[in-house]
Amino acid sequence: MDFNTAVAEQTPRLRRYARALTRNAVAADDLVQDCLERALARWRQFKPNTDLRAWLFTIMHNLHIDALRRDKMTTVSLDEIGDPIATPPAQEPTIRIRDLAVALDQLPAEQREVVLLVGLEGMSYKAVAEVLAVPIGTVMSRLARGRDRLRILIDEPGAPALRRVK
Amino acid sequence: MTENKNRAGAQLHAYVDGELDAAARAEVASWLAESPDDAARVGAYRSQIAALHREFDGVLLEPMPAHLSEILSVPSPSYRLTDRSWFRAAAAIALFAAGVGGGWLARDAVPSSGGSATALVTQAVGAHAVYVSEVRHPVEVGVDQEAHLVGWLSKRLGHKVRPPDMSAAGFKLIGGRLLPDAGQAAAQFMYEDDGGRRVTLYVRAAAGDNTAFKFATDNGISAFYWIDGPLAYAITGTTSREKLLRLARIAYEAL
Repeated sequence: MDFNTAVAEQTPRLRRYARALTRNAVAADDLVQDCLERALARWRQFKPNTDLRAWLFTIMHNLHIDALRRDKMTTVSLDEIGDPIATPPAQEPTIRIRDLAVALDQLPAEQREVVLLVGLEGMSYKAVAEVLAVPIGTVMSRLARGRDRLRILIDEPGAPALRRVK
Repeated sequence: MTENKNRAGAQLHAYVDGELDAAARAEVASWLAESPDDAARVGAYRSQIAALHREFDGVLLEPMPAHLSEILSVPSPSYRLTDRSWFRAAAAIALFAAGVGGGWLARDAVPSSGGSATALVTQAVGAHAVYVSEVRHPVEVGVDQEAHLVGWLSKRLGHKVRPPDMSAAGFKLIGGRLLPDAGQAAAQFMYEDDGGRRVTLYVRAAAGDNTAFKFATDNGISAFYWIDGPLAYAITGTTSREKLLRLARIAYEAL
């Protein structure tokens, strides 16, 4: 199997992960496009008989955090002028978010990545640690925090809320 | 104290994610039997994982946008056959199947009609390829909750559907999942033999008349498919044609 074919086989998974990360079909496919272009440009750096999926997800992770850093520069200026949306409401947060996808958006990016790589992609903790270039203990603590946060956001233990589709 | 609690928490995640060896797994399982709070946490984490798949797995079956396939396009016929897009794969399977089957597929060789047998087998083979290699989450609902699985999928398909017992041929049910298929609900049941080989039975509402068994194969994955009453079925695997036909007969008689 040639390199492009092997990359193409992984592309549906890259698209699924990008969609879950960005929650925007256009932004997700832009991320996938950047990832494929970078992968093909650097194919010589891929070591044969190593995990191509992990290699591709590493590229995507790096592109994603680059994009987040770019976006952050914009939000910093908004914070300085006092973004009214950023101010937490004074009353008790009585409205629980019942939609998984919306709840995912509420997670810090680093927790969201781990929750998705383990839960959706089924990667081992070790593989996730390699993709994100962090120690395995960091993967486990981000996973625990992310899942517990999601649990609160989705109003657990109301498991039926999770079953609900739209 | 807090540290112990955190360590126990990490064990629960490792349990859910299949990161524990058999001994540690058994230890956590017996702990969960006596600790309803932790059992509820494990249940919550598992339903999060299932919900992620429900929410995002549809992307796997979407056709590849042209600008993405162009990046990867190379003048290799095998690449086109499998990876250009699901639509192309559908066309390729239709052509191949028509070739081996002596032309009986000609009448529904156009994959645009969502209810056609060709579209069915394309979806079934695609879903098989995606999920059969999953080590951790091959199914959404395991066979340990078979009653729930049957009730849930029957409700979503709008017809009573029950996974047949194929143990006579050495395959045990491991569970099933709900899948999107051209805007409709479809069900996939997964079976495994002692050697870890897996076959899947794909079921969805049928639009056409009853058919005999039809056979299609693509890239080493083969399927027998048929329509019986209100439902269409495809049994898919990488086993030999004879073995697959035996499973198809068992399923047909049981359903």
